[in-house]
Amino acid sequence: MKHVLKIFSLLVAISGLWIGLLQASIIPRSHTWLLPIYFIVSLGCYGLLMVGVGLMRFPTCPQEALLLQQDIAEAKYFLKQRGVDVDSE
Amino acid sequence: MEQKKEKNKYSVIVPTYNERLNIALIVYLIFKHLREVDFEIIVVDDGSPDGTQEVVKQLQKLYGEDRILLRPRPKKLGLGTAYVHGLKHASGNFVVIMDADLSHHPKYLPSFIKKQLETDASIVTGTRYVKGGGVHGWNLMRKLTSRGANVLAQTLLWPGVSDLTGSFRLYRKSVLEDVISSCVSKGYVFQMEMIVRASRKGYHIEEVPITFVDRVFGSSKLGGSEIVEYLKGLAYLLVTT
Repeated sequence: MKHVLKIFSLLVAISGLWIGLLQASIIPRSHTWLLPIYFIVSLGCYGLLMVGVGLMRFPTCPQEALLLQQDIAEAKYFLKQRGVDVDSE
Repeated sequence: MEQKKEKNKYSVIVPTYNERLNIALIVYLIFKHLREVDFEIIVVDDGSPDGTQEVVKQLQKLYGEDRILLRPRPKKLGLGTAYVHGLKHASGNFVVIMDADLSHHPKYLPSFIKKQLETDASIVTGTRYVKGGGVHGWNLMRKLTSRGANVLAQTLLWPGVSDLTGSFRLYRKSVLEDVISSCVSKGYVFQMEMIVRASRKGYHIEEVPITFVDRVFGSSKLGGSEIVEYLKGLAYLLVTT
């Protein structure tokens, strides 16, 4: 099944649930009408939270830049000795 | 029961454009880290004016023309077609794709291979966003857009991998041939399309952490048009995969 159809069916299921709640009056009507807004806002907040948390925990590796410089020096030395042109352009 | 020892050969495809120095460094590092492995390096150079191909020929003299294949093209023709071109000349049963600018370090190649052998996966993709991985050289803005883009893509596409735009990957050759034939995007959306299509087709995908050192300092790859391209790419993938 195409992915977009999966999302569509999910939305249809949620809408069905919402309409069911509207008709069944378990929750007061005024609240039920606002449920989609609550849903979208919560989704937005969740997304922002995920971005924020991810940003805070963003893995960095400053030592890798150093290691890379060492590797570059090692490679240049090896290759230069064996006739490979490694001078910077 | 006797365990059949598979003879695996890995074809490392490296597309290049003006990577005269980096290609030599990367070849050295690949040979350094894959000592016990049967592999070949396929350099797909798009007519670099800086003499990249001359350096590759020197490397061929040093390491052997059977280990380093130079398969150039006349001009810049795009990454996707570079992979297809490289694939045509690949004699391995596994293919690794990686960037030539040393943002991908060959020292991770053994971990890709090990992961594939352990899990029998069809694709092993490098991820920068998990513990053990990481990025160096990105400012806060860059990290923010990367993280935002990733959350959006995860929410919309449910791709099953943590790093969608990464291009350091190991593929079973037959799987790469299958996936690449159905991809039409360009640039980094192409990398996303590859992994999403592979995921949709049900291929077994595993991830290994990698570190990414961005050496292209100061080049702002994220203007407004880049963001628009990304959103268009996401919409395209949402609807067609």
